[in-house]
Amino acid sequence: MANNTHQESKNLVGWIDARFPLSSTLKAHVTEYYAPKNFNFWYFFGALATLILAIQILTGIFLTMNYKPEASLAFASVEYIMRDVSWGRLIRYMHSTGASMFFVVIYLHMFRGLMYGSYKTPRELIWLFGVGIFLVLMGEAFFGYLLPWGQMSYWGAQVIINLFTSIPFIGPDISLWLRGDYTVSDATLNRFFAFHVIALPLVLLGLVVAHLIALHEVGSNNPDGVEIKKNKDPKTHIPLDGIPFHPYYTVKDLMGVSVFLLVFSAIIFFAPEMGGYFLEANNFIPADPLKTPAHIAPVWYFTPYYSILRAVPPILNSQFPGVAAMGLSVVSFAFLPWLDRSPVKSIRYRGNLYKKWLAAFVVSFLILGYLGTEPSNVWGQFSVNIPLLGGADRATVVARIFSVVYFSFFALMPWYTKRDKTKPVPERVTG
Amino acid sequence: MATANEGVKLDHAPIDPNNQASLQRGAKTFVNYCLNCHSAAYMRYNRLQDIGLTDEQIKSNLMFTGEKVGDTMTVAMQKAEAKAWFGVTPPDLSVEARARGADWIYSYLRSFYRDDTRPTGWNNLVYEKVAMPHVLWTLQGEQVLKVDEKTETHRLVLNKPGIQTPAEYDQTIADLVNYLVFTAEPYKERDKHLGLLVLAFLGLLFVLSYYLKKEFWKDIH
Repeated sequence: MANNTHQESKNLVGWIDARFPLSSTLKAHVTEYYAPKNFNFWYFFGALATLILAIQILTGIFLTMNYKPEASLAFASVEYIMRDVSWGRLIRYMHSTGASMFFVVIYLHMFRGLMYGSYKTPRELIWLFGVGIFLVLMGEAFFGYLLPWGQMSYWGAQVIINLFTSIPFIGPDISLWLRGDYTVSDATLNRFFAFHVIALPLVLLGLVVAHLIALHEVGSNNPDGVEIKKNKDPKTHIPLDGIPFHPYYTVKDLMGVSVFLLVFSAIIFFAPEMGGYFLEANNFIPADPLKTPAHIAPVWYFTPYYSILRAVPPILNSQFPGVAAMGLSVVSFAFLPWLDRSPVKSIRYRGNLYKKWLAAFVVSFLILGYLGTEPSNVWGQFSVNIPLLGGADRATVVARIFSVVYFSFFALMPWYTKRDKTKPVPERVTG
Repeated sequence: MATANEGVKLDHAPIDPNNQASLQRGAKTFVNYCLNCHSAAYMRYNRLQDIGLTDEQIKSNLMFTGEKVGDTMTVAMQKAEAKAWFGVTPPDLSVEARARGADWIYSYLRSFYRDDTRPTGWNNLVYEKVAMPHVLWTLQGEQVLKVDEKTETHRLVLNKPGIQTPAEYDQTIADLVNYLVFTAEPYKERDKHLGLLVLAFLGLLFVLSYYLKKEFWKDIH
C-alpha cells in the first residue's frame, strides 16, 4: 500500500517534470543549492525580509477588502477595520508593524552587506537589485502612509510632494502631476492607493526574484568573504564548504523565524504604536487641509535622510541642494561596489581604517535618524557669544557634522579602502 | 486661533483599564455630558458589553434617543450648526485618547477657569482659548487663575465649589478618561490575553525549532 502511493506520487512528479522543470528547479534553488556552512546571526535577515514581504501582501489583500480609498471615507474605513471587521485590528497591526519591521530587517540586511563586502565582485548585480528593492520599499511606505488619511498622512505627503517643487524649471509641474491636484486631495489618495496596492508591489516582486536569481547564480557570500566555489570536491563538484540550503538552512531559518515572530507578536499585541514611532498619535486625527500640525516629522525609517535634507542650508533661496543631498544619501548605496577598492571582502580581514569608517557611518546614521524625529530646536541654541556658531540650533550643527561624515564614508571610500592594511584571507571558511 | 499649549506640565492620569466599575462610571459621565456635542461615531453602544454591561442595562441607562443597541454613538447636532455656535466642530471622540493621550485629557478636563474675555466665559490652562465651554462646571465648581507676580508662576484656585469635592471630581475625570481610553481601542485588553497565548505558542515553536536545528546540524559542526 505504502509502496503504491509512493509509486503514484513519483509518477505524478514524473508527469509534471516532463512538462515543467519542477524537480530540477527545486534542486537548483533549494535541495542542491549549496550555501556556505559558516553563516552567522546576520544571515537571518534575508529570509526574514521575504517573510515580511509575504505578511505585507497577505494582510494587504485583506485590508483592501474593507478599506475605502476615498477622502471622506478613508479614515472611517480604517476605524471600521479596527472595530467591526473580524480580526481586522490584528490584520491592520500586522500590516503597520510589518512596515516598520520591514525597514528594521532591511537595514540589518544591508549592514550585513557592508560588514562582509557582499556587494563586491561577483555580486554587484545582487547589490543593485537590492538597492532597487530598498528604493521601491521606500516608495511603498510613502504611498501607503497616506492611506489612513490622518493628519500625519496628509501633511507628510504634502511636505514630501512639495520637495519636488524645488527642482529647477520642471519642479512645480512634477509636483502637480504627482498630486493630480493643487493640494493633496481625493485624487492624490486614489492614485497613491493604486501605486501602493498594485504598481509598486509588482515591481517589488520582480526585483526580489531578480535579486534571488542573481544570488543563486553566483552563490552566497559569507562572514569570511571566501568564495566557496573555488574549493570543490573533484568528484562531486560540490563546494567543500557548502551545505544544501534544505534542510540545513531551512531548519536554521525556522528557528530565526520563530524568534522574529515572538518579537513581532509582542509588538502587535502589547505595543502596536511603539511609543509613537510605528503609529504616530497625530495620525489618529482625521486629515484636515486647513490645520497644519505644529511638528511634521516622517516615520522613523525616513528620518536619517530627512535630517540631511534639513541640514543643508538653502542656496540662492533654493531648497534644491537639500533635496538633492537627500536623494544622493539614499542612492549612494548603489555605488558601493565601485567605491570599495579593498582586496578583501569581509570586515574580519580588513584593517582598522575601514572599521573606523564603518563605525562612524553607523553612528552618523543613528544620530541623523534620531534628530530627524525631533524639531531642529530640540537641543536649544548655542550661546550668542560663541564665534561662528552663535545663536545657531545645536541640533542643526550636529546634523551638519554627521551629514558630512555620512557622505565621507562613501566619497572617501576609494582612498581609505586602498590605503587600509588588510590581513591575509584563509583558503577555506573558518568555523 | 486656539492652540494646544505644548509647554504645560501634564498630570498623570490614574486609570486602570481592568477596573470595570470605573469604566462604567466613565461611560455614564460620557453619555450624559460629552455625547451631546461630541460624537463617538466609530463606537457601537453594544461594545459596552466589554465593560460588563448587558444590552438591557445599556438600553435603559445609557441610551436616550431611541437608537438601536447596535448603532454607533452619533449626535443629532449638525456639523455646520456646531461650527456656527462654537466656531469649530466638536471633534469626534472615538480615538481622541490615542491622538491626545490619557494624561492630556485628564489634565485638560481639570484645567478650566473663569475668563470673562472669552465668548464662553471659560478658558483652559492646557488648551489656551479653547472653544469648548466647561461642561462639567456644576460638578467641579468654578476655578480662577491666580498669577504670582514675584515668582512669575500661576495656579488654579477653586473659587466656587461644585457638587463634588475636588477629590471626587478628580475621580470622575479619571473614570471618564479611563472610558475614553477604552473607547479608543475597545479590544485592547482582551487581545492581550490572546497575545500571551500566541507568545507561548511561538516560544514552544522556538524550543522545537532549536532542537530540530541542533539535530540536523550535528554532522556539520
